[in-house]
Amino acid sequence: MKLRHLAWLLLALIVFGAVAAGTIVAMNLRGEDPLPAQAEAFQSTPQLVERGRYLALAGNCAGCHTTRGGEPYAGGMPIETPFGTVYSSNLTPDDKAGIGGWSSAHFWRAMHNGRSKDGRLLYPAFPYPSFTQVTREDSDAIYAYLRTVPPSAVANREHRLSFPYDTQAALAVWRALSFKPEPFVANAGKPAEWNRGAYLVNGLGHCIACHGSRNSLGATETKLGLSGGLIAVENWYAPSLTDPHEAGVADWPPADVVALLKNGVAPRGSVMGPMADVVFSSTQYLSEADLTAMASYLKDLPDAAKAEAPATAATKAPIRRDAGTMARGAKIYDQRCAYCHGDQGQGAAGAYPPLAGNRAVNMARPTNLIQVIAHGGFLPSTSGNPRPYGMPPFGQTLDAAEVAAVLTYVRGSWGNDSPPVTQLDTMRR
Amino acid sequence: MRRALKLLGLGLLLAVQAVANAATPATVPDTIEQRVAACIACHGREGATTNAGYFPRLAGKPAGYLFNQLVSFRDGRRFNSDMAYMVQHLSDAYLREMAEYFAGLQLPYPPVSSVSDATPEQLQRGRQLVREGDAAHGIPACVQCHGAALTGVQPAIPGLLGLPRLYVSSQLGAWLTNERHAMAPDCMADIGRRMSTADINAVASWLAVQPMPADTRPAASLPAPLPVKCGGMPAK
Repeated sequence: MKLRHLAWLLLALIVFGAVAAGTIVAMNLRGEDPLPAQAEAFQSTPQLVERGRYLALAGNCAGCHTTRGGEPYAGGMPIETPFGTVYSSNLTPDDKAGIGGWSSAHFWRAMHNGRSKDGRLLYPAFPYPSFTQVTREDSDAIYAYLRTVPPSAVANREHRLSFPYDTQAALAVWRALSFKPEPFVANAGKPAEWNRGAYLVNGLGHCIACHGSRNSLGATETKLGLSGGLIAVENWYAPSLTDPHEAGVADWPPADVVALLKNGVAPRGSVMGPMADVVFSSTQYLSEADLTAMASYLKDLPDAAKAEAPATAATKAPIRRDAGTMARGAKIYDQRCAYCHGDQGQGAAGAYPPLAGNRAVNMARPTNLIQVIAHGGFLPSTSGNPRPYGMPPFGQTLDAAEVAAVLTYVRGSWGNDSPPVTQLDTMRR
Repeated sequence: MRRALKLLGLGLLLAVQAVANAATPATVPDTIEQRVAACIACHGREGATTNAGYFPRLAGKPAGYLFNQLVSFRDGRRFNSDMAYMVQHLSDAYLREMAEYFAGLQLPYPPVSSVSDATPEQLQRGRQLVREGDAAHGIPACVQCHGAALTGVQPAIPGLLGLPRLYVSSQLGAWLTNERHAMAPDCMADIGRRMSTADINAVASWLAVQPMPADTRPAASLPAPLPVKCGGMPAK
């Protein structure tokens, strides 16, 4: 009697397991067109190649698929994730090492469905949750362009992920939960320019890969949109594009948004860290029309601050700062910072940004400020700002307590009223 | 009268402060000097560090050499996280301009201390490697490429004097351990790999106590062809 119960239970478990596995497999095959029985002859034209070159820039493919000083699109760049290291792959037309043996349908399946030529599921470090919105036409153009870059024999490197993230089964479960191939759907209520911007921002631009938040499985949370996210491991905060207190541009003139993406600097902001990468290797090359379209979409993102309860600001308790820390911060500021940023944090026009009233200084998270002090840097050289001014790195001259003190001072002076920065903040990863 | 002057001075001071307090953005000169002000935090004002610390002097080095180094930091042939960070988003044209600016600065060198904790044998070995090389190990003499006066050769070979000992030894060590690269063919990597750590220490120690010659400028040209093939040199 008991044995029979056990047998039933076992059978039920097996059936459940099979159904679950079947469901996961089925969900992973959603929206996937069968590959053509025979690879169709691919018709390329110089125009298509040129279009693909431009779109590859819009998607910043080289940002991950070309290492520093390495052969173009030969892959091999380590992408650090909380689950381990993923290495970008060789996209050159080399038959063995690259994608020389791929058809345009294989390439489309990778872009739209996140599946490799050999059927393996791809890791979403390759941002196919965004690229799924790219049209077949644009995918084909990028494919046509990639066939023209010099073939490279650099072999793909094995990813270094911890168990169970290194298994296809785990990836299948992840995809069943977090990924659905979806073409871009235009919003009929919005002008064509807005829709073009939405297509670029949410598709090839894959802005959400940094400017979105991720759940515990590392999936971008589409529902929350471009509301800001901490870039794992790199430890930069990609500010919210929907919040006027962070990097929202609703009240910017469209031309200023275009300037920021084209030149890396605009009247009310400039790019540093990972966004400097993006401007340097991607957006500076985009057409005025495409950048204006992106601006139109970005300016129209829902305002996160308005959505919140409006009463919170009024009830905010006054921020308390330690007088000794402020005094130490003021001294460091005078010695190290005032020469460029001015003794009142006023900055210098066209060269050094003001710190007084600067929203990048006053964001809730001090992550980026800590990075900027440690590493310094130049804004990217672009056609609109070819010879940027620079900031020295202070990582070796200021210790954690000094960085915390000077930031506490900067965030609490000249009308700035943001919480102090602690030593702990400077060590957070 | 003196009191009046004092008052006038005080008045002027207050006026200046009032202007500063208005906190309007200042204007800074649109010069390459101002644009590369970030470099002086480590490399010293006008890129002329002393040889006491680690950071190498930039002032007066050949422009082609400085440019090759900046590009190598950007493109991953040389590794220094601060330098990589600084130049990662800069164009060739701008890096060239920076290199030419620092190359054009002819500034006096600080006096070199002749005190060293190196043994006479070490200094003797260093002098020998610099002046004669070590044919048995295939190491050419430094002077064959870096100039008879060791002040470098235009346009792309650096001088070896007036540099911190720590910097020279760590650069030679980086070639030995495959952590510093130059454009192919990477001649210094080949030479560096033939040197022992004792050789490296000897060369760096000897170079660090050499006084600067009267003319510190890089030589205009090489007296004889290079003994090895080096990348990053202008095509003849």
